[in-house]
Amino acid sequence: MYNPYSLKGKTVLITGASSGIGKATAIECSRQGATVLLLGRNLERLTQAMEECEGTSHSVIQFDLSKIDNIPDLLGMLPELDGVVHSAGVNTKYLVKKINQERIDELLHTNYYAPALITQLLLNNKKFKKNASMVFISSISASYASVSNALYASSKAALNAFVRCLAMEIAPRGMRANVIQPGIIETPILKAYALTEEMQDFKNSCPLGHSGEPTDIALGCVYLLSEASKFTTGSIMTIDGGLTLK
Amino acid sequence: MTLDEFVKAFAAEFDDTPAEQFTPATNFRELEEWGSLVALAIISMVDDEMDVQITGADLRNSKTIEDLYNVVCAK
Ligand SMILES: NC(=O)c1ccc[n+]([C@@H]2O[C@H](COP(=O)([O-])OP(=O)(O)OC[C@H]3O[C@@H](n4cnc5c(N)ncnc54)[C@H](OP(=O)(O)O)[C@@H]3O)[C@@H](O)[C@H]2O)c1
Repeated sequence: MYNPYSLKGKTVLITGASSGIGKATAIECSRQGATVLLLGRNLERLTQAMEECEGTSHSVIQFDLSKIDNIPDLLGMLPELDGVVHSAGVNTKYLVKKINQERIDELLHTNYYAPALITQLLLNNKKFKKNASMVFISSISASYASVSNALYASSKAALNAFVRCLAMEIAPRGMRANVIQPGIIETPILKAYALTEEMQDFKNSCPLGHSGEPTDIALGCVYLLSEASKFTTGSIMTIDGGLTLK
Repeated sequence: MTLDEFVKAFAAEFDDTPAEQFTPATNFRELEEWGSLVALAIISMVDDEMDVQITGADLRNSKTIEDLYNVVCAK
């Protein structure tokens, strides 16, 4: 059957695969025939996610990405890859009045340093197969301001800029890098919003009238990992139900 | 944290309202400066100083600063 989105024969690393968007992405990739490596800290949730994947060739990697000094250890745990989805992320909310160096580091380590350093590690050690595709999950926050989001937003804005430059550097080798910027997606990360009114306001102001599901982002990842997107690189794809149109 | 210390810490999160205006009986949601920004600052102060997580609903259900203090202590 004609399927330009097939991931048959591809091996894909997915960070943050124990929950939310990363988990849905692991499941959707497996449904398209990929072998998936699910990375996260919580082994129980990783295993649960792996069990929900189609097929039996998948594996889990328990790893804490905030410990950036350990990132080189990943090398020994990874086979050659056709794709990576960087979905692991944290969203701790601080008003600017409440930030300090430790809090900046905490956000940047997981959201920016880890995907940047993993990319360096994989490129440098020739872990990518020909025509590999990398997907980075950023956020509309990169350019959509909201209170107590300065650190998270700047970590995601840094990621967007990183990916565009990366795309230039890897293009000569036929490799691609793209960003997906989700809007409000129903996952446990939304607990970071202490004021439910604020979250409700976001949802109410979404032109499509509701928040998104993890699968809405996962299927965007499938597209970007597949040959269907072979001419797409350095793009920043917004999937937000129209929230940022206004 | 004692109630008096809590009132002081609560007052410190306001930029324009003078600290003397705050007592345990202050009906804080009626203060002119009260709003979602101060609410977020209070939530984060309680988290930082007392290691307790309160919600927007806890703030809505408290009338005075002492009410909120009791909610925090009960958590
Ligand atoms: N949901 C939204 O509305 C939304 C909107 C815009 C952008 N995003 C972005 O989407 C991505 C996924 O978020 P989500 O909504 O799916 O949230 P989630 O359900 O909370 O998932 C976050 C994932 O990141 C992993 N993770 C966090 N810290 C980690 C660390 N130090 N090491 C390894 N893994 C770590 C978690 O795994 P463990 O707990 O097992 O470590 C979990 O699998 C994030 O980058 C987030 O910023 C989400």
